Amino acid sequence: MKVNIAACITEPGSSERNKTGGWRVFRPVINNERCIDCGSCWIFCPDASIIREENGEYKVNLDFCKGCGICANECPSEAIEMVLEEK
Amino acid sequence: MPHKDVMHGSRAVAEAVRLCDVKVVAAYPITPQTHIVEDIAEMVANGELKAEYIMVESEHSAMSACIGASATGARVFTATASQGLALMHEVLWIASGMRLPIVMVNANRALSAPINIWNDQSDSIAERDSGWVQIYVETNQEALDSVIQAYRIAEHKDVLLPVMVCMDGFVLTHTVEPVEVPDEEQVKQYLPELHLPHVLDPEQPVTMGSLGDPNYYMEFRKQQELAMENALRVAKQADEEFKEIFGRGYGLVEGYNLENAEIVLVTMGSLAGTIKETLDALGDEKVGLLRIRLFRPFPKEEVRKALAQAKVINVIEKDVSIGFGEGALMTELKSVLYGTDAKILGTVAGLGGRDITMTHIREAIERAKRALRGESVEEVAWAGLKEEAL
Repeated sequence: MKVNIAACITEPGSSERNKTGGWRVFRPVINNERCIDCGSCWIFCPDASIIREENGEYKVNLDFCKGCGICANECPSEAIEMVLEEK
Repeated sequence: MPHKDVMHGSRAVAEAVRLCDVKVVAAYPITPQTHIVEDIAEMVANGELKAEYIMVESEHSAMSACIGASATGARVFTATASQGLALMHEVLWIASGMRLPIVMVNANRALSAPINIWNDQSDSIAERDSGWVQIYVETNQEALDSVIQAYRIAEHKDVLLPVMVCMDGFVLTHTVEPVEVPDEEQVKQYLPELHLPHVLDPEQPVTMGSLGDPNYYMEFRKQQELAMENALRVAKQADEEFKEIFGRGYGLVEGYNLENAEIVLVTMGSLAGTIKETLDALGDEKVGLLRIRLFRPFPKEEVRKALAQAKVINVIEKDVSIGFGEGALMTELKSVLYGTDAKILGTVAGLGGRDITMTHIREAIERAKRALRGESVEEVAWAGLKEEAL
């Protein structure tokens, strides 16, 4: 890949191509049966990695989730568990 | 039409800024740079220079404002000295890393402590590795001409690096000399309008100064190094074309009485004038001078060529690397001349504005002569040092 001088980025939104999920140690696992659809995880996720699907279920975009655990901490119904990433 | 006048070095710089049609000036006054920014402020207030003049609260802000303005594609200028340059330190790297063709004049002044407003070159030499092109001038005329050349070098598509024009504080800034102010139209012809490859523009949004992670940081640094290599060629061209149009050229280095010289004094900046006077009075074809005008990128080939016949070299400089026992220029000459038989001596002189007289120059020559005869001499001497005061 060629890089522009001065690290100049000329294409808006191209940071999406830089997948940062590899930094993660713990992965959030959502139990949608316990979920009350309050949206707290979606609101608090600092990386916009929580996705609410049309049927009201939640999933995690693991390409960008860094495993910070804020979603699990905020969830009022203990529907999110942080699970150690193992190869 | 070009016209000749007598003026301070500071005024000569302001005239150059006016001629270059600079669009944004952000500066904070500091001795001995003050007259430069005052004169420019007057030109802006009088409508002689149509530029945005930004008052800032510090030199850190001055350089930051220059970076922002330059990123929009405007031609920008600032000037500083000593503590001001030191305060800019972290932002200097951002200007060069963002490849912005900012031109700055540094009125060389000693650094505190003890507080001292007088001339030496420790301030800009401490910024040697910040990715800025550095030019050291000998006269007020050369200061004016070098600012114009600086934009030409900085804005060249193969360079895109900031340029610092270093002039000795007081010795040049506050001294009146005859200066020819070039014709405005000729400067326009020499200096085409600025076009940067990327600018801040809401119509075409870009991110500047983004993250460079370990995967690519080295590549950005290498790009800067390659741009510096290009700057050698571009600076030479810029000087040659300047000479064609305006009749004055300076070279990347300047030799004086070098042809048959076995002893060569090496220096930067206005001290070359004192050395030339001393050499003229001495009338010895075996003693010459090499003035380094371009310090970054360092013109290694030109220096090697100019010193090919030299047997003893005495580097007289207004800086010292505390803890290494010699000035930076001496260290660099040792590196450039590595593997040759030349004996390299150093003279630390003029720190904090101490006068460097013809006597000091003669002493430096005498020491070199003794070394040439095979006598053992001090490798580094401090000119005019009061031993009894230590």
